[in-house]
Amino acid sequence: MYFPASHLWIIPALPLVAAAIGALVPRSGRALASGAAIASMVAAFFVSCLALHTALADPAAHAAHNFAWFDVGSGAMRLGWLLDPLTAFMCVMVTFVSSLIFIFSLGYMKEDANFKQFFCFLSLFAAAMLGLLVANSLLLLFICWELVGLASYLLIGFWFHKPSAAAAAKKAFITTRIGDLGFLIGLLWLYDSTGSLLFFDGGHGVLEAATLTALTGKTLVCCGLTVSTAIGLLIFCGAVGKSGQFPLHVWLPDAMEGPTPVSALIHAATMVAAGVFLIARVYPLMSADQVLANVPLHALTVVAFIGAITALLGACIAVAQNDIKRILAFSTVSQLGYMMLALGVGSWTAAIFHLLTHAFFKALLFLGAGSVIHAAHHEQDIRRLGGLGAKMKITFATFAIGMMALSGVPFLFSGFWSKEGILHAAHEWDVSHLPLYAGLAAVVLTAFYMTRLMAETFFGKSRSHESGHAHENSAVMTVPLVLLAACAILLSLLAWPSPWLQHQLDPSAHSEPGGISLMVLSIVLVAVGIGSGWAIYGRKPRATEASPDPLETAAPDIIAALAARLGFDELYAATVGRLNSGFASLADFMERWIWGGAVTLLARFGEFTGVVNRETDENTLNGGFDSVSHQIRGTGRAYSRAQTGDAHGYMRFIALGFVVLMLFVMLGGSR
Amino acid sequence: MNLLPWTIYVSFAGAFLALLAGTRSASAARWVALATAVAGTLLTLLAAQSFTPGPAMQTLVDVPWIGELGVRYHLAVDGISLTLLVLTGLAATAGILFSWNIEERTGEFFSLYLALIGGVYGVFMSVDAFVLFVFYEIAIVPKYFLIAIWGSTNREYGAMKLVLYSFAGSALVLAGLLWAYAAGGAHGFGLDELTIAATHISHPSQIAIFALVFLGFAVLAGMFPFHTWAPTGHVAAPTAASMLLAGVVMKLGAYGCLRVALPMFPGAFAACQPIIAWLAIAGIIYAGFIALVQEDFKFVIGYSSVSHMGFVLLGIAAATPLALAGAVLQMFSHGVIAGLLFAVVGRMVYERTHTRQLAALTAMPLHRLLPFAAVVFVLAGLASLGLPGFSGFPAELSILIGTWQAKPLWALVAAVGIVVAGAFTLRAIQVAFFGSTGARASSVDAHAHPLPPITLAEKSGALLLLAATLFVGLKPDVLLNWIVPALQSPAFQAVIKGGTP
Repeated sequence: MYFPASHLWIIPALPLVAAAIGALVPRSGRALASGAAIASMVAAFFVSCLALHTALADPAAHAAHNFAWFDVGSGAMRLGWLLDPLTAFMCVMVTFVSSLIFIFSLGYMKEDANFKQFFCFLSLFAAAMLGLLVANSLLLLFICWELVGLASYLLIGFWFHKPSAAAAAKKAFITTRIGDLGFLIGLLWLYDSTGSLLFFDGGHGVLEAATLTALTGKTLVCCGLTVSTAIGLLIFCGAVGKSGQFPLHVWLPDAMEGPTPVSALIHAATMVAAGVFLIARVYPLMSADQVLANVPLHALTVVAFIGAITALLGACIAVAQNDIKRILAFSTVSQLGYMMLALGVGSWTAAIFHLLTHAFFKALLFLGAGSVIHAAHHEQDIRRLGGLGAKMKITFATFAIGMMALSGVPFLFSGFWSKEGILHAAHEWDVSHLPLYAGLAAVVLTAFYMTRLMAETFFGKSRSHESGHAHENSAVMTVPLVLLAACAILLSLLAWPSPWLQHQLDPSAHSEPGGISLMVLSIVLVAVGIGSGWAIYGRKPRATEASPDPLETAAPDIIAALAARLGFDELYAATVGRLNSGFASLADFMERWIWGGAVTLLARFGEFTGVVNRETDENTLNGGFDSVSHQIRGTGRAYSRAQTGDAHGYMRFIALGFVVLMLFVMLGGSR
Repeated sequence: MNLLPWTIYVSFAGAFLALLAGTRSASAARWVALATAVAGTLLTLLAAQSFTPGPAMQTLVDVPWIGELGVRYHLAVDGISLTLLVLTGLAATAGILFSWNIEERTGEFFSLYLALIGGVYGVFMSVDAFVLFVFYEIAIVPKYFLIAIWGSTNREYGAMKLVLYSFAGSALVLAGLLWAYAAGGAHGFGLDELTIAATHISHPSQIAIFALVFLGFAVLAGMFPFHTWAPTGHVAAPTAASMLLAGVVMKLGAYGCLRVALPMFPGAFAACQPIIAWLAIAGIIYAGFIALVQEDFKFVIGYSSVSHMGFVLLGIAAATPLALAGAVLQMFSHGVIAGLLFAVVGRMVYERTHTRQLAALTAMPLHRLLPFAAVVFVLAGLASLGLPGFSGFPAELSILIGTWQAKPLWALVAAVGIVVAGAFTLRAIQVAFFGSTGARASSVDAHAHPLPPITLAEKSGALLLLAATLFVGLKPDVLLNWIVPALQSPAFQAVIKGGTP
């Protein structure tokens, strides 16, 4: 069945309707709000599948439908929908994962007083996210980009009565907005240089050859960068903010203050991956400068190094965290770094493949963590958990599958294949091998911290009252886990035995099978990571919550620094934060004392001359000026009466004046 | 179309009737005022319906007034005026709905209020500089009384400051206009006539006159560093007056810059462009930072108003078609959004809690006590920080793109203001409505001492303004289809051509 691009709006519109229903029903309309949200998501899933079917019929076609949003004479601001395999795969993933997480939330949020609001916000998020995916215009993408940021803000701060949640929501919004500032500037510049913000527009779009050639042809005087490089890097700023890349990664771990389904959906599977999607979407623009050899910097080189730093940094910090959700959050930071790395080294298809597999297994891990937290009465500290494997068998089994997919346990798990693609691409990159080494180091660390997480949470003995009384959750929570676990395995088929997905995404790319030696190396590294993790945490499980961490006793300084997230938050608070409040206080001071003082002085001067005038008037000048001064004093009296409150007379006078004026004007008008 | 001048007459008639009705009963005065404002709004909407956009000013009335000076009572509209007339109608109606609880000298309050509105309508339609000036003064005077009599915090100081600035501004404008009239040897005060006369003036004098007129108007638009009247004025003013102050009176200044100062002296404007742009940018960022550390809720909104008006001035300074169109759109957008914000702070919150100190508000679980106010403020706040879907986004986007076309650096620095706007708006939302300290503790006595519920009048006013900002945010072309053709007029083309460096 053929699905035209002009109908793509249906996909985001479905959850938008659900959000509207959620907003309008009364607080008691829980079933209606959640039902509408889930039904719309499932419907959107089927529509997305239909779109995927159409897109795969002709993968190289970029079917677009454009329309004007507003017209400004010199040029119209146009928006549009775009259907290609990238959009379609992403839509299918987002709608599928969202459906499952919505269903999971039925159980997880059951006791929350703001249940219907939660589903309203979730639907709003889904609508914006899907709008972002189907956009054929950088402007529309930016609009939806801001709206997903809003939904993220609302959902992180959903439990706003916790001060930490309110602070985290604000931090997330403002940190990502700093990145968005770059994005916005890139957008302005792109529009100014090309006169369009449409991606594909019959040869005139910004991602099409003619425009790109024009953009690479222009060079900046100041630094020798081509315009396309500069714009590309500015747009990348937006991706850095949204996808939690170094140095703007600080908001993402704090975002875990939101309810766990939110962490799973927004801060693991979908929204944070939007930055990766953005760069993949504008990939022709990002890579346009690759054809030039004599430029000082290629945009993608920056992307690769930022990705590599983030991948390593996130993995290191994850080793020293104790909160189950924070470990997963830093793991997300690290995995997003992998995706950026893949984009930077030239394989956007590998990045998207990892994005898709990661969405499933990370959603699985977060929901698994949610299942644990729900069962353990909101205990999130892995030191206080333990021994849950026997009590929560389904959660345990599915979590183990997610953990193996994330660690990259070979062959059976999708994460292995997608990570392999990235390492392979990094190996092929001819600029530098540093990203490859960072990626390989992160492989060991990932396997290590995930093994630690498993061992502490599910093995050994229960170490607290809360985890002691845990038991498996109801089917509404476990069925999504099972389905996601199945996906974490089945998605291997997209890459094996043949790299089908990557071929569908980009038919022109010829991907040869990866080198066997690299694969062996990464399998060995995974084994090292899991082995050492088990040796340290699994063989001899922690006895009580207070017993020391073996790593911490071995290298207390390093672990303490990592546990404190390497002090990025403190650094920013001491620099950006202090600068900001310094500026604000300075401006406030100027306002009060300089400008305000000037006004007061002027007013005092006015009063002073007033007094002098009156004195002069009354005591010195008489006679000829009598009539004038009388008038002045008359007005003054009316004025002072207004001040003292008795304004009747004066206002009647004003009103009379108005009437006279009005009559005059009306008579004049009719003449 | 020809019904538009009646907005002025109806408002003045309403002012008179409200005064009479007020002597009988307060409620009669309210209904008279509401009927007048609604009638004005309907007249503007009716005119908008039959409006054909075009570059020319469409004359409504043109009769001689003061023969010796060549002053004519000449009213005309184009798309820019029409946009602002519609805004005036909406803001006036909403303002009355939010002043429904005025008990003290109700008749006089609404009388002054409507007189102000009449003056504003008049300014937006005048194409004779003298008539424009008269209406401008009519709009300024009632403002003083509204603040000095019905105001709150520090009202004498606020009213004094406001009057000092307003009259200083209009004195500059008057001086400039008279100078141009005399030096250019004009035979009338028609804007077209003055524009032609201005070409006979030497370039240095042109710059001096332009500076006088522009500055005079820009003071009222809240241009940095002549903005300080605005926040104190807002804080001192009663709710409806601060809604009008931010909603339409500040627009009078910006409109004067756009309609009078720029077309009259395109050459002088081109010379002053960078100065104006940098002052506008300074206002955006400076006021944003101040808003970030205010402890009085109304001051936050007052400074945010200055910051957003900075975008209007930046759009005017950049003077590309897109930037000018964006500036007019921003005038509309800010008029609606600022009105909404002041309504929540001044009417819904302050008159129930009797405090505007954020530290005090944060201790009350306001989101639970006043859920409607919380939702409205969150939506208005999001609109104010430029979230897509609300009118601020297309407006600020157009201004930034248009400014970039003139000078990228301006747009670059101004865009920082958007991050600051996000910061101060979210701070205000969280601290005022979702304050955490003691939220649980006081939830018990929240039920013991419930605040008076939000009235129907407040709800209707809020919904009216919310609908306006959403509608324009989703379909900005409704207004842009009026505004853009107006920029094709020879007067604005001269500004655009002479304006772009």
